[in-house]
Amino acid sequence: MGTIKRSIFYVVMTAFCLIWIYPFLWMVTASFKTQNEFFTNGLSLIPKHLTFDNITRAWNQANFEQYFFNSVIITVGTIAIVFFTTATCGYVLGRYSFKGKKIIYALLISSMFVPMEFAIIPIYDLIRKLGLVNTQMGVILAEAGGNHLIFILLFATFFAKIPNELEEASIVDGSGFFRTFIRVMLPLSKPVIGSVMIMQFIWSWNSFLLPLILTLSAPNARPLSVGLYALQGENIVDWTGIAAGGTIAIVPIIVIFLFLQRFFVDGIAGSVKG
Amino acid sequence: MKNSKNVVWYWVFLFPTLSLFAMFQGWPIVASWYYSTLDWSGLTSDAKFVGMQNFIKVAQDPYFWNAFKNSFKFMAGTVPFHLIFALILAVLLHRPGLKAANLFRTFIFLPVVTTTSIVGIIMVFIWGSDGAVNGALMNMGLLDQPINWLGDANWAMFTVVLISVWKNLGVNLVYWLAGLQSISQELYEAAEVDGATGIRKFTHITVPLLIPIGTIILLLNVVNSLKAFDLVKTMTNGGPFFATDVVSTYIYRYAFTSEMGLPQLGYASAAGLFFALTIILLAIFQSFVQKRIKGGSK
Repeated sequence: MGTIKRSIFYVVMTAFCLIWIYPFLWMVTASFKTQNEFFTNGLSLIPKHLTFDNITRAWNQANFEQYFFNSVIITVGTIAIVFFTTATCGYVLGRYSFKGKKIIYALLISSMFVPMEFAIIPIYDLIRKLGLVNTQMGVILAEAGGNHLIFILLFATFFAKIPNELEEASIVDGSGFFRTFIRVMLPLSKPVIGSVMIMQFIWSWNSFLLPLILTLSAPNARPLSVGLYALQGENIVDWTGIAAGGTIAIVPIIVIFLFLQRFFVDGIAGSVKG
Repeated sequence: MKNSKNVVWYWVFLFPTLSLFAMFQGWPIVASWYYSTLDWSGLTSDAKFVGMQNFIKVAQDPYFWNAFKNSFKFMAGTVPFHLIFALILAVLLHRPGLKAANLFRTFIFLPVVTTTSIVGIIMVFIWGSDGAVNGALMNMGLLDQPINWLGDANWAMFTVVLISVWKNLGVNLVYWLAGLQSISQELYEAAEVDGATGIRKFTHITVPLLIPIGTIILLLNVVNSLKAFDLVKTMTNGGPFFATDVVSTYIYRYAFTSEMGLPQLGYASAAGLFFALTIILLAIFQSFVQKRIKGGSK
């Protein structure tokens, strides 16, 4: 590629990327502007007078401290359950053949085509019957019960490739099925565990519909995504406060993504390659 | 290694997944059939069996068909971008020796990891009358008067589609990059020896070899775009004048709000099933076409 062609390519791509990240820059900078500056100079990306008032207002008065805590609880709880269930299921499906395996695969795959968003009403009813509406536990269970076929397949293809010798050696050492899994197999699968955890982290942190419905009448159980939406409904004029709330909600996830993006991108890529 | 003791372990290991599956995926599918035959607000216990009446009401409601049509409009708007535009971008970024490729990819990927409801809220401002989009277009002289992109019924669907493309392009870029990486470089080298140029290499090697992964990407995008909820709910709530009302916001309105009087869980279930069946039919149709394509190329 010639130098001129290369320069044009870089200029165009850089402009393109700026369009892509402008909304984030706008939100983060707006959360450090005064209300006054926001309405006179809302589009600029550099605040003239830096104020932390919006952040503290969102955190203290608009209940974002509670929302943040709820997001953490819901995310950690969901990751724990999803990791445990998909690793064990993927292990058995990937390494062993037994009666009923094909049926289980067929069930898991077919449910991928059923849009769970449309089964939301029975899910809501089930959580209500369990007495878990308006609790973080209800959201965790419903999230963990969603379709995690991708993770099961990632674990299954990984465990299928581990040579039998390792398993046999472990059995010779006197380990049973469970100890072999915990001591030998799980430690080997660290890259998959990393991908599954970071992907689930991002999905749980961002999920909206389930927590929206399951915490409709309990503001104190809401995660950030729902809390911010409710704030916008009540208070459309406090744009700097809303921007501050949005910043509180996305900064953790973007930081984690930037540090661990290899796991996330590999996981996403692996999910289509199968 | 295959002894009866291990078989017990298999089922112990499968139990957590299967029980969650039964509760949150199996049961809902069964239950939504039952709910769809009830006249029931969900709030009280006076559910009344009404047979097929909900389905008949759904089929007769012009607002349902409006939402149905909008869901497919949204799909038709977003999917081509994710197939064609994301692929072109992936090919550009896949070139060996491109140092900034990872940086570009990261930037384009950022919206994917961002909470959709927050994106929705930011976009209401950026695409509003006083927002950055109007500012930029007016500065460039492309626009005389500001347009309220999300608040104008003529533009709202167009804007929602664009924002959805912005949000999800990154994940499709990664899908296509994964596909490109699975193509052996030797094939390109061999083609170069034969004198093939860039475009010919693309149409004769890249495209045919990407068809299997491309059909997966197509399916994921079709299903996901028909399920779109978060963005629409937070940006337009289906408005203005139902211009962006999709089936998921339609169902939400009937099941979980009192905008239409008491919530109508039975009616909403019928609408959900109706649409779910459409998606399943589409998936079956696509896998049928895919098999024909595969069969034909053998």
